[in-house]
Amino acid sequence: MAAKTVLNYLPRRSFVHDLTGTTKLAFFLLFTFAGMLTYDTRVLLGLLGVSLLAFRASRIRVKEIRFMLVFMLVFLLMNNFFVFLFNPNQGTEIYGTRHVLLHLPGRFAVTAEEVFYLFNITLKYFIALPVAILFISATDPSEFAASLSGIGVSYRVGYSVAIALRYIPDIQRDYHSISQAQQARGVELGKKEPLLTRLKNAAGILLPLILSSLARIDVISNAMELRGFGKDKTRTWYRRRPFEKNDYLVLALGAALLAGSIVITFHDGNRFYNPFI
Amino acid sequence: MTTPIISFKDFSFQYRAQKRPTLQEINLAIMPGERILIAGPSGSGKSTLGSCINGLIPFSFPGEVKGELTVDGVDAPRAGIFELSAHVGTVLQDPDGQFIGLTVGEDIAFALENACTPQDEMKEIVARTAKLVEIEDRLESAPHELSGGQKQRVSLAGVMVDQVKVLLFDEPLANLDPAAGKQAIELIDEIQRKTGTTVIIIEHRLEDVLWRSVDRIVLMSEGRIAADMRPDELLSTDLLKAHGIREPLYLTALRYAGVDVTPALRPAQICTLALCEAQKEKVRAWFQAAAAGEKAAPQKPLLEVRHLSFGYAPDRPTLRDVSFSIGKGEMVAIVGRNGAGKSTLSKLICGFETPDDGTMCFDGEDMADMSIRERASRIGYVLQNPNQMISKTMIYDEVALGIRRRGYTEEQIREKVEQTLRICGLYPFRNWPISALSFGQKKRVTIASVLVMGPQMIILDEPTAGQDFQHYTEIMEFLRELNAQGVTVVMITHDMHLMLEYTPRALVFSEGEMIADRSAAQVLCDGILVRRAALKETSLFALAKSCGVDAPEAFVERFIDADREVRTHGG
Repeated sequence: MAAKTVLNYLPRRSFVHDLTGTTKLAFFLLFTFAGMLTYDTRVLLGLLGVSLLAFRASRIRVKEIRFMLVFMLVFLLMNNFFVFLFNPNQGTEIYGTRHVLLHLPGRFAVTAEEVFYLFNITLKYFIALPVAILFISATDPSEFAASLSGIGVSYRVGYSVAIALRYIPDIQRDYHSISQAQQARGVELGKKEPLLTRLKNAAGILLPLILSSLARIDVISNAMELRGFGKDKTRTWYRRRPFEKNDYLVLALGAALLAGSIVITFHDGNRFYNPFI
Repeated sequence: MTTPIISFKDFSFQYRAQKRPTLQEINLAIMPGERILIAGPSGSGKSTLGSCINGLIPFSFPGEVKGELTVDGVDAPRAGIFELSAHVGTVLQDPDGQFIGLTVGEDIAFALENACTPQDEMKEIVARTAKLVEIEDRLESAPHELSGGQKQRVSLAGVMVDQVKVLLFDEPLANLDPAAGKQAIELIDEIQRKTGTTVIIIEHRLEDVLWRSVDRIVLMSEGRIAADMRPDELLSTDLLKAHGIREPLYLTALRYAGVDVTPALRPAQICTLALCEAQKEKVRAWFQAAAAGEKAAPQKPLLEVRHLSFGYAPDRPTLRDVSFSIGKGEMVAIVGRNGAGKSTLSKLICGFETPDDGTMCFDGEDMADMSIRERASRIGYVLQNPNQMISKTMIYDEVALGIRRRGYTEEQIREKVEQTLRICGLYPFRNWPISALSFGQKKRVTIASVLVMGPQMIILDEPTAGQDFQHYTEIMEFLRELNAQGVTVVMITHDMHLMLEYTPRALVFSEGEMIADRSAAQVLCDGILVRRAALKETSLFALAKSCGVDAPEAFVERFIDADREVRTHGG
């Protein structure tokens, strides 16, 4: 009935679900940072292994997140393509050698170095992706705000995330009734219309949507103030869970991975692992 | 002598953007444990009065305060909204908008979280308060899984965790169906008895609040207190009528019957009403004096629905085998609780959804092959909230939108738009921006924007929701005029007055099926239908029974005729 959101919480019992939101967020940040810092293929492959294991441990099936996965793959392909387009010789510059695999006109020859470079970039995405999906799909939305404040973000910011999550379905519902009312007045939003008309017609939905959302915000902010939101510098959380042994272990693992990644990557003064020499 | 918990002394308030004060010379003392109803039409200042008590004024709505206001010992205009929130718990009008948490438990805990209550203590208080408002088995539910009444219980629990001394309800009935409204009033009453809290209810639906007793009614009018009396006294005067508040229907009926309403009759509640035999006889005589109204001849069918079935999920049908027919020129109400399939039905008729089974014919033509746009030129659909329909900034453009793409010349468009604006009484405003209009005028604009397409039928979703008596009457009289000009009007509604006064016929839906197709009077006198459709039995029914009238339905119809007579010819 209500439009399904692309990403949503998939509740079940698993090692990952049982971790607190704060742990998951902190691990996600440590882990992604580790992945972003390094171009060392050995480290990247190791991190990828950890990432996939974590995904397995969450018991979330690939089928359930297929849409997101496809979306990311398309994005990744485009990204790689543009990286190649802007500078097809980046790989050669980094690795210092040039093994041409495919001759193309101009500077667009495909080199083994460039392919390897793109492979490394792809790996980075594949490392971050499962952990990111896990944070979103295996964390109870109720814990989001608490986990943000757990890593030191102001609770006001954290709560605005929670409020957004709370009202997304309502705004989706508003959107549906508004667009239906517009269609009933002969405004076509279907694929038959030329793109420009469709865009113009979509703008007609935007105004009422913004107005009704503003009215909502008004009510919420009054309701929140009337119940003491913003009174003190801190607040407690109904749904925050206490740290357990596994939380500390996972955080330690995250820190260790980051440290290990930094050490291995920089001990020879180069962020890149070079198989060409 | 106890000291008042709330005391206004020569109090006045003027919003920063307004030229004149919204509240003037307010003197009001409310004692601890009192139950007060603040009534008044829209714009009378009753909500502003409430906002002064809970601190939204002057903190969220700035303006100039004069005089004194003490709330539970706190100098309200100078204390902070946070300080006041520990004394006054406010339940706002919109049960959905004020639901802050992602689940019931979190929402109830919200104030406790803000007060840095330790988690163990918080869980205990939430569990206890949830039990008090009887929502304890839904702690893990998300707001969209709850009914309006349940959401309101959550809001109430959310302010009660603070041990407040004053509970303030701002139009608690506005967004509830009659059955849920009745339960809400019962709950407020019960909580008040258990906790001894001072209760202030701001509401213009007097009869519904008086389902349980209140100590005093404060009647607001144009920013001043027009009356401050016990309910029995106030209802014996004509002050309500004079200030645009609808009095309970059974009292109107008594007055029509020539019974003099005095405080001795205890008129505040139908269950306390003490009529003597002579007065009952007067009522019976009034009933018998008029011949039964003649039934209108059946009209040629305009919309015919046969065996319609539809489900969003294959195993859970939202509508099952629905058949009915609506005649040309009829005015029909569709009633039933939320989720009974009423909105789905209108979506099927307008073509937003495709039926799984069954047929629909409009004016003898099968609708199966009609596009949304084709249907829209015959059937207009008006949403409950005008702000969700209006997409242009100028009235003229908004109304013209629906016929822009029909190949008319600008001259023809202007002619049609202006003609529609005249019908809707909006012609003088044609060059105004929509933002300058009142809510009721905006509603008219949305109706005009649908009428301009020349539909034979319009479907309106809750046309009178949240309107006070005067605006309700304006909108409904306008719809009646349209109806008289030949437009068939179908209304999805919870409003029992609307049904009684304007729609001779009601279709009742329950759990995806149409369970009745009768006159509104018959529906509202049938206990089982009333329960299944989340309505409330009309007090006229109770009056008829207590006066020994043997045909209560006919009595209700007699009342409607008499009322119509009075309204058209002036009382």
